[in-house]
Amino acid sequence: MKLAYWMYAGPAHIGTLRVSSSFKNVHAIMHAPIGDDYFNVMRSMLERDRNFTPVTISSVDRNVLARGSQEKVVDNITRKDVEEHPDLIVLTPTCTSSILQEDLENFVERASIEAKADVMLADVNHYRVNELQAADITLRQIVQLYIEKARKKGDLPEGKTQKPSVNIIGISSLGFHNHHDCTELKKLMTDLGIEVNAVIPEGASVLELKNLPRAWFNLVPYRELGLMTGRYLEQEFGMPYIDITPMGVVETARCIRKIQQVINAQGGDVDYEDFINDQTLYVSQAAWFSRSIDCQNLTGKKAVVFGDSTHAAAMTKVLAREMGIHVVWAGTYCKYDADWFREQVSEYCDEIIVTEDHGQIGDAIARVEPSAIFGTQMERHVGKRLNIPCGVIAAPVHIQNFPIGYKPFLGYEGTNQVADLVYNSFTLGMEDHLLEIFGGHDTKEVITKGISADSDLGWNKEAQAELNKVPGFVRGKVKRNTEKFARDRGFSVITLEVMYAAKESVGA
Amino acid sequence: MTIAQPDSLNFECETGNYHTFCPISCVAWLYQKIEDSFFLVIGTKTCGYFLQNAMGVMIFAEPRYAMAELEEGDISAQLNDYEELKRLCDQIKRDRNPSVIVWIGTCTTEIIKMDLEGLAPRLEAEIGIPIVVARANGLDYAFTQGEDTVLAAMAARCPDKSPLAEAEKNERNAISKLLNFGRKKEDVATAEAEYVDHPPFVLFGSLPDPVVTQLTLELKKQGIKVSGWLPAKRYTELPVLEEGYYVSGVNPFLSRTATTLMRRRKCKLIGAPFPIGPDGTRAWIEKICSVFGIEPKGLDEREAQIWASMEDYLQLIRGKSVFFMGDNLLEISLARFLVRCGMTVPEIGIPYMDKRYQAAELALLEKTCHEMNVPLPTIVEKPDNYNQIQRIKQLTPDLVITGMAHANPLEARGINTKWSVEFTFAQIHGFTNARDILELVTRPLRRNNSLKDLGWEKLVKEEAKV
Repeated sequence: MKLAYWMYAGPAHIGTLRVSSSFKNVHAIMHAPIGDDYFNVMRSMLERDRNFTPVTISSVDRNVLARGSQEKVVDNITRKDVEEHPDLIVLTPTCTSSILQEDLENFVERASIEAKADVMLADVNHYRVNELQAADITLRQIVQLYIEKARKKGDLPEGKTQKPSVNIIGISSLGFHNHHDCTELKKLMTDLGIEVNAVIPEGASVLELKNLPRAWFNLVPYRELGLMTGRYLEQEFGMPYIDITPMGVVETARCIRKIQQVINAQGGDVDYEDFINDQTLYVSQAAWFSRSIDCQNLTGKKAVVFGDSTHAAAMTKVLAREMGIHVVWAGTYCKYDADWFREQVSEYCDEIIVTEDHGQIGDAIARVEPSAIFGTQMERHVGKRLNIPCGVIAAPVHIQNFPIGYKPFLGYEGTNQVADLVYNSFTLGMEDHLLEIFGGHDTKEVITKGISADSDLGWNKEAQAELNKVPGFVRGKVKRNTEKFARDRGFSVITLEVMYAAKESVGA
Repeated sequence: MTIAQPDSLNFECETGNYHTFCPISCVAWLYQKIEDSFFLVIGTKTCGYFLQNAMGVMIFAEPRYAMAELEEGDISAQLNDYEELKRLCDQIKRDRNPSVIVWIGTCTTEIIKMDLEGLAPRLEAEIGIPIVVARANGLDYAFTQGEDTVLAAMAARCPDKSPLAEAEKNERNAISKLLNFGRKKEDVATAEAEYVDHPPFVLFGSLPDPVVTQLTLELKKQGIKVSGWLPAKRYTELPVLEEGYYVSGVNPFLSRTATTLMRRRKCKLIGAPFPIGPDGTRAWIEKICSVFGIEPKGLDEREAQIWASMEDYLQLIRGKSVFFMGDNLLEISLARFLVRCGMTVPEIGIPYMDKRYQAAELALLEKTCHEMNVPLPTIVEKPDNYNQIQRIKQLTPDLVITGMAHANPLEARGINTKWSVEFTFAQIHGFTNARDILELVTRPLRRNNSLKDLGWEKLVKEEAKV
């Protein structure tokens, strides 16, 4: 048992569902107790999805516990098949129901006899992998299912596309700024004269997965989701994959140069150097910004970085290499990816922390007292307590990571966004000086206007206590309305009764 | 749908696939209500991530609840449950020193048959902190019923008239003597004289403190003294429960607690409609008064006055229809109130329907429908969300009260929605808060009105025609 207050990565089934529900026309059936289907709430609320989340629970209750699911799961699969006509139905248990050790594989086999859709059991160990790993596994599993299916039917398309083309792998539902990153990556590919053969899983049809091998290469921008698929396609078809995250001007350039190399190795003839130069110097404002006088004050400031391995590593590099900020420590909660992370950031920070324990991270922040934190929502809250600003750079996702405006982290527009995030997280240039000289913005105590002088209204003890229970942000309004009410009615003392009467009459 | 007009309520049970929150969510409000408590949810990552994400309960500064996350070793019984829980509870004691630790059992502890009830007494004796065990699992319960499991478990811990309780009472009297210091003796006497002589009366159900005060005052006006609330603000202040005490619930989802109080504590349950809406609050007070042989005073005026104060909102909803998909078990009470407001209710979905505990509420719903001359709703237990959505498409109700998962998709299809969880967390009980219910119910309608006023529909089209 582990005493846990907070989790950086969710349980495995969340990863499976993120992938399955990203695809077009794929439905997931959860074999789980009532309430375990909160994925629907997360997706519907966070992504403001206009469609019903394609996940249905086949509920495990006392009956199932006593007698096994028997027909229930099979019935629910075949029912969804008729109701929604999905191309694929993915069955997944949760940590809870996986202990029941029901023969879900058998249910899937039986259901697939009757169902028109393909039916698949997400093959994940719910106690050994987390959300991110499960997402990676499930995506590979689905891709493999359709590649093998096509191969069996002799349906695999031959050869490559005429023009250089790419599969962007790993864009998914409930990913950190994934939609905006995807738009930016597509734009980048267009600029490079590369066709986008497929984006998976978000918005893709499983029926088109057999066309994946037609692309010249695979781009896997996030290590957390897509690497396994990239490796699978490399192994099966010798397709090269690029796993350099194009975040920050340096890494974006490195990613593009790698693309150039991969394309030219396959008989293409591209030279992206001018493009990189142009983008870096003139289109992206980030490189100029870090050389501008604005940014001078950031030099040598202390920061700490924490997040998933993709974003934490990329951010560490941006801060250290592109902005001259001193990264005291960098860390990730992707324990399974610790080696890669160490190798990537070791030369850019003093210390590396790999842990899933938010308490340890909180302590490490308090110990260092950096000028800014770049972390997850959890570190943002730690920062609030310690009065240290925090820029959020990684999942777990939050409603704030689904902004309405365009906020990518990748590509050249991403470099601008990241630079803004960095700059706004620190105390700004001139402000810094003024604060130092005058010792703060609001040095005077706020003088509140009292109620009119001729008022002889008083609050008795109970009412005052009750007033104090009212949340701070509305307390003033409640107080004013109650006093107005009392004065109108000629009460001189505000009691609990008066207070509630006021609420009833004016909605105070 | 409306073929014939049945003259009694129509109950169905779809036993469908429906979405609601897991009952462990009760932790989210109970740990705040019981200030000296610590809630330990013994479950998996799935449970923890739910509390963290779906409930939006983030545990920061001073956490008073945590997960005991079961790992592979726990599931395969390689580790000793007692030792593991002891290690965690020791740490909780060191870090927080709560007055009570509430173990929330989950589906996983049910499935692996972890004997929490057996382990608790031993550990309790060893660490010296009471441990209350509640099985708030999703196999047996839905959403708000989690509170029911906790209160039922706590009911067993309420002091009876033991010598210890006596001593405490004296002590409390000593404190009240101290508090009354300086006040004239007659004043103290009149304070007591404001109450009618009736058997001790305890209310159960977790409500925010201001609402507790309001309802207590409301009963005081009738001369009824509430001698305690289950739960109280502090675990150490749990109400005394003796055989023959009267009890009454303020929430419709507390049937287990009611049963426990009757069977185990030999209390007498006053089954009344729930104090939600002015009509329900009045009926609740009247029922309690009638049991104590009190002639209620001024309820007519009180109710009329509340209705009058809500007239602006009532105008917005009269004649409109509302569909409950079913989520928090407050559905029957809310439907009854909204019918009284002049709305029609074609369907009430509800995760679980205890017809005995909710008998008075169901009767009032039926009576209200007859008096308002509207069709009786169909009550669908364990509804199937997919089927419900088909019915919603057919009926096009003016408002759907639904769980969070369906709100945005329904809105996108032009159906007004309100989250049912808001009624779980908002202060909706009693006369005073009736307006707040309508504040929530009318918000989507008001939002639409104001968007129309802003010219949403023509916003960009009008220019195009020019």
